[in-house]
Amino acid sequence: MNPMEQEVRVGIERAAAVGGSAINLRGKRRFGEHIIETIVFICGALSIFTTTAIVIVLFQEAWMFFGSPEVNLTEFFGTTTWQPETGRFGIWPLMTSTLLTSFIALLVAVPLGLGAAIYLSEYASPTARGYLKPILEVLAGVPTVVYGYFALTFVTPVILQGLLGKERVEIYNMLSAGLTMGIMILPLVASMSEDALSAVPRSLREGSYGLGATRLETSVRVVVPAALSGILAAVIVAMSRAVGETMIVALAAGAGPRFTFNPLQAAETMTGHIARISGGDISYASIQYTSIFAIALVLFFMTLLLNLLSGWVVRRFREVYE
Amino acid sequence: MSTTVNPGNRPTGYLPEGADINRNIAARRLRGKVWQAFFLSSLIIGLLALATLLYTIVDDSFGYIAVQTKIDPEKLSDRPLEELSKEELIEILRANISPGLFRRFDRDEPFSERSKESVLQLIEERVIGREVVAAYKLTESLLERDRIEATVRERFPRAELEFHSWINREFLTRPMSSSPILAGVGNAILGSLWVIAITMLLAIPIGILGGVYLEEYASDTWYYRLIETNINNLAGVPSIIYGILGLAVFVRALEALTSGATFGVTDSNGRTILSAGLTMALLVLPLMIINAREAIRAVPQSIRQASYGLGATKWQTVWHHVLPNALPGILTGTILSMSRAMGETAPLIVVGASTFVVFFPDSVFDKFTVIPIQIYNWTQQPGAQFRSIAAAAIIVLLVTLLLLNATAILLRNRFKRSY
Repeated sequence: MNPMEQEVRVGIERAAAVGGSAINLRGKRRFGEHIIETIVFICGALSIFTTTAIVIVLFQEAWMFFGSPEVNLTEFFGTTTWQPETGRFGIWPLMTSTLLTSFIALLVAVPLGLGAAIYLSEYASPTARGYLKPILEVLAGVPTVVYGYFALTFVTPVILQGLLGKERVEIYNMLSAGLTMGIMILPLVASMSEDALSAVPRSLREGSYGLGATRLETSVRVVVPAALSGILAAVIVAMSRAVGETMIVALAAGAGPRFTFNPLQAAETMTGHIARISGGDISYASIQYTSIFAIALVLFFMTLLLNLLSGWVVRRFREVYE
Repeated sequence: MSTTVNPGNRPTGYLPEGADINRNIAARRLRGKVWQAFFLSSLIIGLLALATLLYTIVDDSFGYIAVQTKIDPEKLSDRPLEELSKEELIEILRANISPGLFRRFDRDEPFSERSKESVLQLIEERVIGREVVAAYKLTESLLERDRIEATVRERFPRAELEFHSWINREFLTRPMSSSPILAGVGNAILGSLWVIAITMLLAIPIGILGGVYLEEYASDTWYYRLIETNINNLAGVPSIIYGILGLAVFVRALEALTSGATFGVTDSNGRTILSAGLTMALLVLPLMIINAREAIRAVPQSIRQASYGLGATKWQTVWHHVLPNALPGILTGTILSMSRAMGETAPLIVVGASTFVVFFPDSVFDKFTVIPIQIYNWTQQPGAQFRSIAAAAIIVLLVTLLLLNATAILLRNRFKRSY
């Protein structure tokens, strides 16, 4: 064995000895990795805490509310007067105005939003779409309190009172709040529907053109049905947004519960009532304080139901291509 | 195909022939044009609404005002008031208000200790008493100048007509006041900054790490699916519910902490900047997580594999390779969440923003107001001048949001990578 060879062998042995003790690929993971994994998990799971806290808080205070001698469930869901001062708690006046304003909003936002989405996705050139879609999305970024200002200073006095006459339209009215809310959720409907329409593969359109269909026929009979799940989900999300919207109705729909189906009259919605009551100085022991939690609980479940429904619609009716 | 698209009620299986073909095609083309016009007009209505909204705001923020003073400042002194000494100013004040009122001011804060500016302010408020007696919108001011001049001359002979921009430097720096012309958003801007700072301090790290968990660490288990569904649903919970949560948890249950009582602050209740910031953090957290997830998902798998292949651990891979590559996306999402928190009003009303705060906040345990709350408050007040300052505050808010969003878009374009 020459010296050279021996040196190499010693080197190999030494390396093996060192490697065997320090680099053990089957060893345990570093301790720090465990800590980090725990921290990261906690951050993800914190959202569970938020939901749990919301549910606990709402149920706890609502329990106090329904437990008090002045209230019972049949009165809450069965009568049509909400007058905390006289101890009358029937949620229907708040509920009907919420539903009426949301319905008006959808009446504006769904046809216009869908129309805008079809135009952007099927008619507009890519350049035009590149400019128009972000501008439309600016509308979605405007804070809702600004829309409330708009409803009160422009939609009611200029448009509604201008068209229908001052004596028929009250200064605070549900129609104005509903119309403005419709403008607010229009970009949401348009943007989500446009995403759904753009996701429909080109081959479907070309097949339709090949059979001699016009652009309209292709859009309405081929592309829209193919994207229907996405469009439906957009409508449901928009509805949930309208039901939970606060600032527009707080400013424009009126400050006082009233059981009416006339959109030209003032009537307070659930969110508007919560904002007005909690904005004032109320004592934590009063029944008014607990009553806003009962309203919030109803509101929470309404929007939760709508959100779950939209997720279900997407999963159930999605058409998968390729 | 043609049977299904045929207008009218022809029998199934009918195919147009001869001249009918042309008529059929013409009818279908016409229908196409009509509907295209409808689709285009719905888009235009949306854009028109945006334009009208901006027009209304600008129309309210500028225009003529008729200003009336109780006494002409030139009659008080032959030199401009700013040039007078403090003693001379005190003399003017003494000569022009009732002795009782003068003594009251002296009791509140002795004149010997007051600054020259505070005496000058008293003279402006009590002696000169500048008062806006009429305010006009921008379009009126531009188009009907003669009519406005005539009306003002007739109804307020002593008043002076001047063109006023409701948004100006004083408006940006002064605190709230019950008089519209003296009111400003100074403390509301500061309040907004405080709240946003607390919100972001909490939401950014938790949001990013939450996104890292869902994308990098979680395996498909029941609790992973629970967390995922939960976050998506939380993003759809109305903001006012978060306000209710903040009211019950931060304002009431944790009052000792959020009012600062634990830290020796005694003069406040739980309706503080801290409570507002915590509430807002919960509100933007789902958005932060969803945005972070999308940014992390966009980092290609090959980068992770290369890192693992060189022997990096999971966290080393995430920290040195995934997060830096996802950073532009995360930053964009952060800015968008920030602008959401900036414009959110309802939860802060519930948590208890005070509408009338005249001092500037200097700790997280102070009462607060924010820009959207001021807009809400002023819009509610009757009177054209309150509308004008509401519009001016809206301009402040919208410009801030526009700057934030422009930054987000710039960042996205600047750091956009394609793999």
